[in-house]
Amino acid sequence: MIRLRHPAVADSGADVIPDRTVGHQMGREDVARYGLVAIVGFVLCLFILYPVGQLAWRSLLANDGSFVGLANYAKYFRTPAIASSITNSLCVSAVSMVITVTLAFVYAYGLTRTLMPWRGLFRVIAMLPLFAPSLVQALAFIYVFGNNGIFTRLTDVNVHIHGAKGIVLAEIFYCFPHALLILVAALSATDARLYDAARTLGASPIKTFLTVTLPGVKFGLVSACFVVFTLVITDFGAPKAIGGKFSVMATEIYNQVSGQQNFTMGATVSVVLLIPAVVAFLVDRVIQRRQYALVTSSSKPLEPRQRPLADRGLFLYCAAIAGVITAMYVAILVYSLVIRWPYNFTPTLKHYRFDTVGGYAPIWNSVYVAAWTALAGTVATFVGAYAVEKCRTALSGPLYLLSVLPVSIPGMVLGLAYIFTFNAPGSMLNRLYATLAILVISNVIHYFTVGFLTATTALKQMDGEFENVSASLGVPFYRTFWRVTVPIALPAIIAISMYFFLNAMVTLSAVVFLVAPGTELAAVAVLLMDDAGDTAQAAAMSVLIIAVGLTVRFGYWVLMRGVNRRAQAWLVAGVSERV
Amino acid sequence: MSAAPPAVALDGIAKKFGEYVALRDVTLSVEAGEFVCFLGPSGCGKTTLLRIIAGLERQNLGVVRMAGRDVSALPPKQRNYGIVFQSYALFPNLSVARNIAYGIEARKMSKADVDRRVNELLGLMGLPRHKHKYPAQLSGGEQQRVALARALAPSPSLLLLDEPLSALDARVRQSLRREIRDLQRRLGVTTIMVTHDQEEALAMADRIVVMNHGVVEQVGTPVEVYTRPLSRFVARFVGQMNFIAATACTEAAQVKIGDTVITCPAREPLAPGTAVTIAVRPEEIIVGTGALAGVNHFKTRVQSVQFLGPFTRLLLSLTGAPGTTLECDVAAGAFAALEAGEGDDLTLGLKPEALRVFPTDAS
Repeated sequence: MIRLRHPAVADSGADVIPDRTVGHQMGREDVARYGLVAIVGFVLCLFILYPVGQLAWRSLLANDGSFVGLANYAKYFRTPAIASSITNSLCVSAVSMVITVTLAFVYAYGLTRTLMPWRGLFRVIAMLPLFAPSLVQALAFIYVFGNNGIFTRLTDVNVHIHGAKGIVLAEIFYCFPHALLILVAALSATDARLYDAARTLGASPIKTFLTVTLPGVKFGLVSACFVVFTLVITDFGAPKAIGGKFSVMATEIYNQVSGQQNFTMGATVSVVLLIPAVVAFLVDRVIQRRQYALVTSSSKPLEPRQRPLADRGLFLYCAAIAGVITAMYVAILVYSLVIRWPYNFTPTLKHYRFDTVGGYAPIWNSVYVAAWTALAGTVATFVGAYAVEKCRTALSGPLYLLSVLPVSIPGMVLGLAYIFTFNAPGSMLNRLYATLAILVISNVIHYFTVGFLTATTALKQMDGEFENVSASLGVPFYRTFWRVTVPIALPAIIAISMYFFLNAMVTLSAVVFLVAPGTELAAVAVLLMDDAGDTAQAAAMSVLIIAVGLTVRFGYWVLMRGVNRRAQAWLVAGVSERV
Repeated sequence: MSAAPPAVALDGIAKKFGEYVALRDVTLSVEAGEFVCFLGPSGCGKTTLLRIIAGLERQNLGVVRMAGRDVSALPPKQRNYGIVFQSYALFPNLSVARNIAYGIEARKMSKADVDRRVNELLGLMGLPRHKHKYPAQLSGGEQQRVALARALAPSPSLLLLDEPLSALDARVRQSLRREIRDLQRRLGVTTIMVTHDQEEALAMADRIVVMNHGVVEQVGTPVEVYTRPLSRFVARFVGQMNFIAATACTEAAQVKIGDTVITCPAREPLAPGTAVTIAVRPEEIIVGTGALAGVNHFKTRVQSVQFLGPFTRLLLSLTGAPGTTLECDVAAGAFAALEAGEGDDLTLGLKPEALRVFPTDAS
């Protein structure tokens, strides 16, 4: 097609309309807008694309730095001891996925579709595992079922928890709340009129379940499966603590890097570990795109009815699961507070001295890093989402992709990539190495996607004409961003910052390679103390991590109530006039 | 030609979205103080045209002038207009007063002046008691007026309204039509409104721009557009219209419908045998005693009777032309006098001056 420089007014048939729009002046605001997009793009490239590129490149080099092509991969697949980690990872992930999603589905069904008592309590208890590193779930199982576990001592039955069995059990605990959150949302979003229709047509409860309930939560189930699979295959803490000789890919990376100083093999395993995570991510995205709105504005929410038999059965089921979760956390708490579990139950606080890791520095470091992660992560994701969503440019598509990519980068892989990037001799980026800042950055990037998507959703819900109204009134966009966009999105902003804080408190995989003397973190301290045999101190540190998480969660809850009450004034009529 | 340049002049505007042509060579002008409606079905390009005037979209071709100044390259804030969107886009976290002040408080204006202007607009809109409420606490009609006040606060020389009434229920819509029209007259602000509601356009506009498929079909006063539609599309889109297939006869100004020959004035001579379409509005069909008095009359049978309050709509089938039906509106009193019901025979008359002839398209 011919591009016309000047408007061809004389002959303006359809085929001579040029592809370009007429030229326009670049105002100061346009410069600011493009500048914002450029900064977001630069940051994402520097902290995501560049490190992952470095990692991939290192997998093609020998340890002395010479180029060896795919030789590392060949070696990986030829060494049975290492290669078995792939099948081990896939097996453990698949089994954990099936069991977790099944258990969580029934639990979520009980919470959303019955009138059983204690639903609120069950919901809160099921969220407990979110506040502890995956490593801690594994420790709890060891305290109960390990060689010196209380169950083993009391019954003389040793279930040999170390190995695949233990990993699966710990992962079920760890992933349960993640799956539950998705399934509760899916089961809540339904239209009562469908159930009314099924009943008037004489469908049996089983037929209704198969034709209305299951299809309605299809996408939620698929999504829960992918989330759990990805969480398990990328998890490092639980297999490290309870896996014993059973090696999975995440622990293999750790062994290669920390144990044998074999960085290139670490990079090789990392690239291979990226594959299942990226595939799961892509398949999930394709499926979610086919999702259609089941709930419209005219939908009627489903009010569960009394069903004595189902209510009682599901109550017992939920009580059993909630009971086991509670028991595990009680075990950790008690373990940290007695002289020597399970032989001497005399209470003591001596395990809270943390003499082997230098006292309370790790937990304070963790709180400090988590707070900065919350602040930096919230700003980065919100501004990033704003740049992608509201400053429509040719870069919007690529930036969006780059922003949702981190969710499929396992923490171990990101950590190793950051070592290659920020511990490279002669690089300016070296200044960040061994600082708390690098820990904050790796956390922000590791958890970037969820924050970004939350912010995007909040922005999409806003009237798209706000910026146009401002432009017509001569108000610059950044003023409207500050006076309108941010206040309206405040609930989402607070939710994002809480997400960053809690995850930064419990993450292990993304930071285990990046901590240095002086920047120890609590989750890493748990790992080190457990490794060193100071299991009671590891339990004590775990208790502190959980306590900080619960405290912050409570604080957010109070804050959120305040924010919501204030927002009610905008949303609900009938507030007294202030004349 | 008046001496002052038009408030808005569009010259050869064309717009593409990818390969889709939204607008094709649109040229028109809006005089200062005029109220113009862009009317057309969804997807006809009327909103795109409004957004091009606003600078929110950029045309691929053509020039936008405001008061003689070429503004094609200018960003929205330098075009001096106020705009009201279909969704109102009121800022939910700001009070009514803050919303109205939004565009003027950023300018070099004292707090007292801003407050005075806000109060003035609140008074103009009949909203003083809502000054400190939030938008969500107002009814749809009140929100609409706040949006209008916000757009008018900086005293723009042009007001753009994008389907401003379509989110409101019928009764509020009726009263706001008059209010907006009165306000516009009082302030004398040039106004362009986009709507798909032909009744709204007829009731409010000084001039209507009827659009279809990115092309302007007709520009004219409401009376012109209603009584003298220039195309089949306009005839169908504005008001109710019956279309009847007919054939031109050898005699000038005569066409044949089924086996009946009728007289109707054609704008241009038609070759005998040409297939044409005759258009007639339901309220212009004469039934009852007056029907036989005119030159054209038909025998019909009443197929259905629809009571619509002030008038009754009859569906009639022409006995002389099987398959052809007509809708005919009869005032309530006249219908009672007819004493006709479903299945009855009824004679109707067509005044030649009420008939319009359009060539039948090949499609």
